[in-house]
Amino acid sequence: MSKIKPRGKVPKKAAIDEIIEIKTLIRHPMHSGRMKDKDGKNIPKRIINKFLVKFNGKQVFGMDLEPSISTNPYIAFPFKAKESGTFDFEWTDDNGEKYIMSRRMDVS
Amino acid sequence: MKQQKMKIISRRNVLFLMGGVASSALFTKFAMAKPNLALQRIKEISKSEVEEVDLFLDVPEIAENGNQVKVSFDIDSPMTKDDFVRTVYLLADGNPAPNVAKFSFTTDMGACSATTRMRLSKTQNVYLLAEYNNGKFAMTKSKVKVTIGGCGG
Repeated sequence: MSKIKPRGKVPKKAAIDEIIEIKTLIRHPMHSGRMKDKDGKNIPKRIINKFLVKFNGKQVFGMDLEPSISTNPYIAFPFKAKESGTFDFEWTDDNGEKYIMSRRMDVS
Repeated sequence: MKQQKMKIISRRNVLFLMGGVASSALFTKFAMAKPNLALQRIKEISKSEVEEVDLFLDVPEIAENGNQVKVSFDIDSPMTKDDFVRTVYLLADGNPAPNVAKFSFTTDMGACSATTRMRLSKTQNVYLLAEYNNGKFAMTKSKVKVTIGGCGG
């Protein structure tokens, strides 16, 4: 299986009070538990069930994912830039693993 | 001669047809009786009737591939401490499970919108339910026609 790899796009610079768009994507199979493999056996359920975004340590956005979300979940959301800081993204897998990514943004 | 033959067939067929009509009527009734899980879930979440309003829910009218259907929404809200959207639920009434996603918003975001991609197993309605900070709810729905289902088999 391909490696699970988070990716994200955050503008490096933003103006004060500008609403920016943050785009994230994580490579993940999102097995819904309903698919079958070549031998007709059920592939067990394994999805990303939680996505959290923190800015300077404070939670700003969260999402609970269900099996109805597509393979390689893509999530885009807005954010109002007020100060420079760091975004911490965190995806939680069904098996308890967490995938983490950080992005820095400068506001002037 | 020809007329006579036709008569016989039609007479025999009448019983057949009647049986067919009756059973198909029964079947549609049975199918209709299946509860709408998404609406049930909306009731569970909101604990009351929810007014259908015009929130901006962007889904394609026809999705060729149900595996990757782009969904985005944009709810008009000032997103201040006194007036903001706290939670947005995305639901679908034709998938094996009605829940699709739950978004938690904060006032730091400045706008209430998001984009993701979802699976649709067949042609169905997609619901958007928004919960405001004052405890009020609003919803909207949109029908998506799906050519190839996306839930595996």
